Amino acid sequence: MAGWSTYRGSAVSLPLANVDTDQLIPARFMSAPRSEGYGKFLLHDMRRDDSGADSADFVLNRHQEAGVLVAGRNFGSGSSREAAVYALVDAGFRAVIAPAFGDIFASNAVNNGLLPAQVTAEDAEVLHATLGKDCAEMTIDLETGVMTLGNRSIPFQLRDSWRTKLINGWDDIDLTLHHAGAIAAYKDKRHSQTPWAWPSAAD
Amino acid sequence: MTAPLTLLDRLWSAHEVLRREDGTSLLWVDRHLVHEGSHHAFAKLAARKAAVAEPALTFGVVDHYAPTRGREGAMAPDVARMIDTLRRNADQHGIRLFDLMDPAQGIVHVIGPEQGLTLPGLLINCGDSHTSTHGAFGALAFGIGATEVAHVLSTQTIWQKKPDAMRITVEGALGPGVSAKDIALHWIARLGTGGAQGFAVEYAGSAVRDLSMEGRMTLCNLSIEGGARFGMIAPDDTTFAYLKGRPHAPKGIAWDDACADWSKHRSDPDAAFTREVHIDAAQIAPTVTWGTSPEQAVPVDADIPTPAALEADKAKAASAALEYMGLTAGKPIAGTPVDQVFIGSCTNGRIEDLRAAGAVLTGRRAKVPGIVSPGSAKVKAQAEAEGLDRIFIEAGLEWVASGCSMCVGMNGDLVESGKRCASSTNRNFRGRQGRGARTHLMSPAMVAAAAVTGAITDVRPMLQGRAA
Repeated sequence: MAGWSTYRGSAVSLPLANVDTDQLIPARFMSAPRSEGYGKFLLHDMRRDDSGADSADFVLNRHQEAGVLVAGRNFGSGSSREAAVYALVDAGFRAVIAPAFGDIFASNAVNNGLLPAQVTAEDAEVLHATLGKDCAEMTIDLETGVMTLGNRSIPFQLRDSWRTKLINGWDDIDLTLHHAGAIAAYKDKRHSQTPWAWPSAAD
Repeated sequence: MTAPLTLLDRLWSAHEVLRREDGTSLLWVDRHLVHEGSHHAFAKLAARKAAVAEPALTFGVVDHYAPTRGREGAMAPDVARMIDTLRRNADQHGIRLFDLMDPAQGIVHVIGPEQGLTLPGLLINCGDSHTSTHGAFGALAFGIGATEVAHVLSTQTIWQKKPDAMRITVEGALGPGVSAKDIALHWIARLGTGGAQGFAVEYAGSAVRDLSMEGRMTLCNLSIEGGARFGMIAPDDTTFAYLKGRPHAPKGIAWDDACADWSKHRSDPDAAFTREVHIDAAQIAPTVTWGTSPEQAVPVDADIPTPAALEADKAKAASAALEYMGLTAGKPIAGTPVDQVFIGSCTNGRIEDLRAAGAVLTGRRAKVPGIVSPGSAKVKAQAEAEGLDRIFIEAGLEWVASGCSMCVGMNGDLVESGKRCASSTNRNFRGRQGRGARTHLMSPAMVAAAAVTGAITDVRPMLQGRAA
């Protein structure tokens, strides 16, 4: 995964609360291998009618070039399915902006280079009002924690460890393997102090 | 004198291998549970040519895609492929798999405890948000995404920032016909689906102590619907009695040592919580969702809310939800006709749930079709030994095999578009049970009542004179 520190791209507004991961990608698409590309599944049932045709007025269909999604509170709540993040990333998104995120969604996002940028409810309203049904160019700076839309600059919250990870594009497994010694020592200690933590053999 | 500690503090420090300067902890994982949906993580492992670090602490189960009928025969190609992929990965990495025909197969959050794999004091991960269920035993249990699953498979550890501690105390006695499901829907309706975001919730109080392990699991299971990745309850004699003699639980002297250790897993009386919520159990009625988020719930004897009467940010969501659900604001929720019912899931598919539904259905007929899917093959066998299957079948409901089934519809058990389902599951999200499906969450007893009357109904009068 490549790191990034600034991004410039088209932003669109989806001013809905509680867009859960079941809506981001309905369960029936989740058996597909990632190599197939998950972009076409993003918000599938919200952006297409019963026959599977694109709804012409849905914001993501009108602005397929969008790379930033401004969303409502509690975005990505529900199921832990990382496929919801794959759908956003494969559709070209680099950032989602919302007043609050589902905890598991946010960590999944960071693990895939997608920024979950938390803004105040008031700032989210400003962004929604400014964008309306159109798209507009936005710049996001991870180092300073500020996004810029037109002449307006808005700060966003991001956990420090997540900022570092997004910028460096780190793979946690590689980082963790540097601590193999500490993990082995912990395991020995746990095994001697709490042998009950290992499963008994079934009779 | 050391500072008073919460249960969360104790569980966290017991698993901390190290802590980075930015405050993120590397935690040891005692049990890792995988299922068909873990295929992305195994693919990541294959791409790195990596092995599973601790196969003996890793357990697999077929549940999300498990067919609930005709398991021996041919199945849909994508379902068969998902199950075969898990089999291949389990076999390749030497992981014990609870496969379709295993007498211990079932939903991951039902069989973990049932097999004694879930124990107090453990850290348990699974690529499923309802992993909070296992916190009912005083474990640190939380759902993770596919990248994290790959990390746990590779290293048996996980990076995690410690959440803040929140306590929900429920005091008093629950009324007849009111269950753990109602406690959960009640607090989520009160605090909202983001109400516990960023927190680990410890449930306490006499009403929680009085719950069976099944009830405690239901309560912890639904923590994530209030935004909390973790739910937990301090272990006690109820916990130990449930676990004793389970296949993978400690045995003999090890059992006594374990119980002594486990008894220390509790919050100190004066421990500080960042947030405290108090609930009077007597005030909780059977609770039903009317919308498309678990926070959109009301007591069964209340009216469907009028969006204009709600806070501004909730009003818009409420209007959209009412439109999707085909409901009219201001009308009583009771009496809303349903097309079908579902009893099962990791939330309410355990033996006590089936008994509660059975108590309502005994000698009665369902007016609408429905499925009853026990949470595991063991629950199914026990229910059949108790004659519960006859009650469901005689009522006109379908008695099927165990799996996630109609809670998530991955195996093809779906609700048709526009149909309304009274469901003992955990999510009433748009399209959760199938595109256009309308889901009303409620307890198994309430689902049974809806089956009998063909409409959302207060179960309490139907239980009078019956052993509930």
